[in-house]
Amino acid sequence: MSDAKKFMYINRKAPYGTIYAWESLEVVLIGAAFDQEVSLAFVDDGVYQLMKGQDTTEVGIKNFSPTYAALGDYDVNKIYIEKESLEARGLTLDDLQHLVWEDEDEDWAEKDSIRVVTSAELAEIFEQQDITLSF
Amino acid sequence: MKFSIQVSEGPYNHESSVTAINFVKAAVEAGHDIFRVFFYHDGVNNGTNYATPPQDDMNIQKTWSELAAAHDIDLVVCVAAAQRRGIVDEGEMTRNKKDGMNIMDGFRISGLGQLIEAGIESDRLVVFGD
Repeated sequence: MSDAKKFMYINRKAPYGTIYAWESLEVVLIGAAFDQEVSLAFVDDGVYQLMKGQDTTEVGIKNFSPTYAALGDYDVNKIYIEKESLEARGLTLDDLQHLVWEDEDEDWAEKDSIRVVTSAELAEIFEQQDITLSF
Repeated sequence: MKFSIQVSEGPYNHESSVTAINFVKAAVEAGHDIFRVFFYHDGVNNGTNYATPPQDDMNIQKTWSELAAAHDIDLVVCVAAAQRRGIVDEGEMTRNKKDGMNIMDGFRISGLGQLIEAGIESDRLVVFGD
């Protein structure tokens, strides 16, 4: 769609403690129905949102992390993780969920949705967006 | 230029609501259009008419309401966020069997699609919040 806008959702906060992460994901899921070009970025404590094996039983708050795995089915497959934020927290890509999407143009080949990018690369990606929503 | 605004924080607890009001006033005075103001997260509390701030304090909810009336601005409260926080209009009152409603004049409750549409239809979408 040529008149689609580029939407960037910037996720900056830890998944629990505040509701920003969960309500951000709700916007992404609703927004996916609008046929726009959607990207997500995870920076600062936002990288914790994609951690594997989240268990919120003890805190009594809904564990919404399985929902991220559905993003590929919504054609949300440009997910950028800031390298510096991962490293500052002692994390690697292996600590995060493996998010994939199926490429219709290549016989539904399964591809990685997550790209680890530097802060400088992320700045360039932000520069290309029409809309940035910060959560 | 056509602007839309997202307000992500509650009034009083956080300055972003007042900053957004000041931005909207300045934009209108400069001849710009405000396509929509969308209230999300605790920002939905900008849309209650049950608040009674001290008389020497700014009434933020009423200020929005007056701005909307004066300049025909579309104030939209996110339904999902509103349901979590108890902002109720007539439809929500009926649907969810509440005893009353508390939506401020000039506000309406609608879906998140209104935020996405605001992004698509406006030249700029400006987010006020942390």
